[in-house]
Amino acid sequence: MGRIIELQNVSAYYKIGRELYVRAVDGVSLSVEEGKILGIAGESGCGKTTLIKVCTASIKPPLTVAGGNVFYYMEGKRIALLALNEKELRRLRWKFFTLVPQAAMNSLNPVKKVGAIFSETLRACIRSMDKARIKEIVHECLHSLGLPSEVLGMYPCQLSGGMKQRIVVALATITIPKVIFCDEPTTGLDLVTQKGILQFLQEKAKAANSTLILVSHDIGIQAQVTDILAIAYAGKIVEIGPTEEIFARPLHPYTIKLISSLPIIGDRSSKAGLVGTPPSLIRPPQGCRFHPRCVLAEDICERKEPPLIERRPNHYVACFKSGEVRG
Amino acid sequence: MIGLGKEKTLLDLRGVTRVFRTGLYLGAAFRAVDDVSFCIREKTCEIVAGESGSGKSTLAKMALGILRPSAGEVLYKGRNIFRLRGREKKEFKREVQPVFQDPYETFSPFRKVTDYLEATVLNFGIAKSKKEAIRLIDDRLRRMGMDPQEVHGKFPHEFSGGQLQRLSIARALMANPRLLVADEPVSMVDASVRVDILALFVELMADFNMSVIYITHDLSTAYYLGVQTNAEIVIMYRGECVEKGSVEEVLINPLHPYSKMLLDALPEPNPQRKWTSRARLPSLTLKEFRKTGCKFAERCQYAAQICFEKRPPSFYVDNRAVRCWIMEEKGGTP
Repeated sequence: MGRIIELQNVSAYYKIGRELYVRAVDGVSLSVEEGKILGIAGESGCGKTTLIKVCTASIKPPLTVAGGNVFYYMEGKRIALLALNEKELRRLRWKFFTLVPQAAMNSLNPVKKVGAIFSETLRACIRSMDKARIKEIVHECLHSLGLPSEVLGMYPCQLSGGMKQRIVVALATITIPKVIFCDEPTTGLDLVTQKGILQFLQEKAKAANSTLILVSHDIGIQAQVTDILAIAYAGKIVEIGPTEEIFARPLHPYTIKLISSLPIIGDRSSKAGLVGTPPSLIRPPQGCRFHPRCVLAEDICERKEPPLIERRPNHYVACFKSGEVRG
Repeated sequence: MIGLGKEKTLLDLRGVTRVFRTGLYLGAAFRAVDDVSFCIREKTCEIVAGESGSGKSTLAKMALGILRPSAGEVLYKGRNIFRLRGREKKEFKREVQPVFQDPYETFSPFRKVTDYLEATVLNFGIAKSKKEAIRLIDDRLRRMGMDPQEVHGKFPHEFSGGQLQRLSIARALMANPRLLVADEPVSMVDASVRVDILALFVELMADFNMSVIYITHDLSTAYYLGVQTNAEIVIMYRGECVEKGSVEEVLINPLHPYSKMLLDALPEPNPQRKWTSRARLPSLTLKEFRKTGCKFAERCQYAAQICFEKRPPSFYVDNRAVRCWIMEEKGGTP
């Protein structure tokens, strides 16, 4: 299993004035292996969605890439995504990678029937396939998402939010891409539909050996679905490692607090949340961005930015004090 | 049931129903809330849990007196809230205060947050002068763990979501309420500060001898608040109360098939305890407005003939009310 996508020191800022930027993603490096499910967790405004925008080359002003590279590994070749032109990008979209954007249920063309949306998408990707086979694939896909075939003859406005979301997810997987990006794919849906969509994504990704990159603020979802988990805070990845390892031995003080403050059914103990508020991304704090809220912060944390270091096998953390956390 | 102590009943919802008529469904009536009953005693917490579209916000509006029920009644201290007039009505409006979901919508971006706190104090005649009002505001803010100096003169955008939600609660407290109706108060707040806002409700209930109706879609926060306040929980499904009982009992050992399904789909933040079953996706949402039988029958794996034909009443089993025919076999009494 080789790498499929790699980010090298990526920074992406929103320009909001002269020399004034919101540093939504600041110096992020990570690489994902083929067939893995990577989760990106963090609270609102930590740069999760911006990171996905950079990874899918959907960069529109005021967002600008301030530095770094995104590489895709395709059939042994390394492709610098951010250097591609629109025509070259179009060749990658749907075939190599797909995206389920935030509030995706509103991204369906309202004047086209669902069936037409499906055939259009499939025809653009798989030229050599006959109609009967395409129909078969679509029906099989709808069936496994619990949708009746009648939806193909309906317009998006005739469907409920949960059904539309299932259709978007079906579209994102039906072309069997190598990488599927999902940005909060189930937010706002009810629990049962959420579970169904996530299980569907998980199965499709594993069956086709596709890589799934799942952005969700919901730690419960991350625990259930992902293989590898990255924790983002204020535009940085502060911790990344195998999901089970992160839950069993969280090393960053932020991750520890994030996990320990979650209410769990059956757990009667009282819990304490995080004090303070997330920092401004226009003028982020010097040194470690978490230090104003950190109970372990020392001089060095205010002066120097902690690098992401491998503390345990495959488990990286950006904290000077991480060794002392679990004293 | 819980809270059956000497405490007086504060708010009593009796068979409350709300029907919305929409032209879209050829004038069909849609029962957003269908025959729901529960009562809140002094110094207790009641939790209403349900998914989107279950009617929990409609229920909140009726409890607050904003929306008239189509059938049934809402009693406050024994009197129908929609028959209150003059001073009594104002008293009800003061004593039952709302806390809404989105704190950024609660406060206008063009007004200072303390304006709202001041207006509440002055409108209900709790303070006579502006000076007294500010003294009261500062006192309340301090009791909520906020520094008054950090609040005065600031606009909503200068606060984080969590802080603003605290201020929204502070606004409600300015009226010296007996009951807070909190509709999804933590769903817009970052996960790492949620438990603190829930803890605030627990503290305030004790400090101000207040009751709370906590309305949520999130069962884990319902449990967290519920066990600390010894609360009763109402599980809603398509306008109906399908199960009612103590939080600990209902969420640990649910009886209604819908409650079971919900808890089963909950993503637990523990990779050692992953989902074991597959989700049964609701595919029949098109036939949503069926008239007869149990509303959950089509999605229920235990559904029998009777479930499609006759609407189940609430059966009482082990201190709980469960709207399911299975409970009849288990010896429940309607």
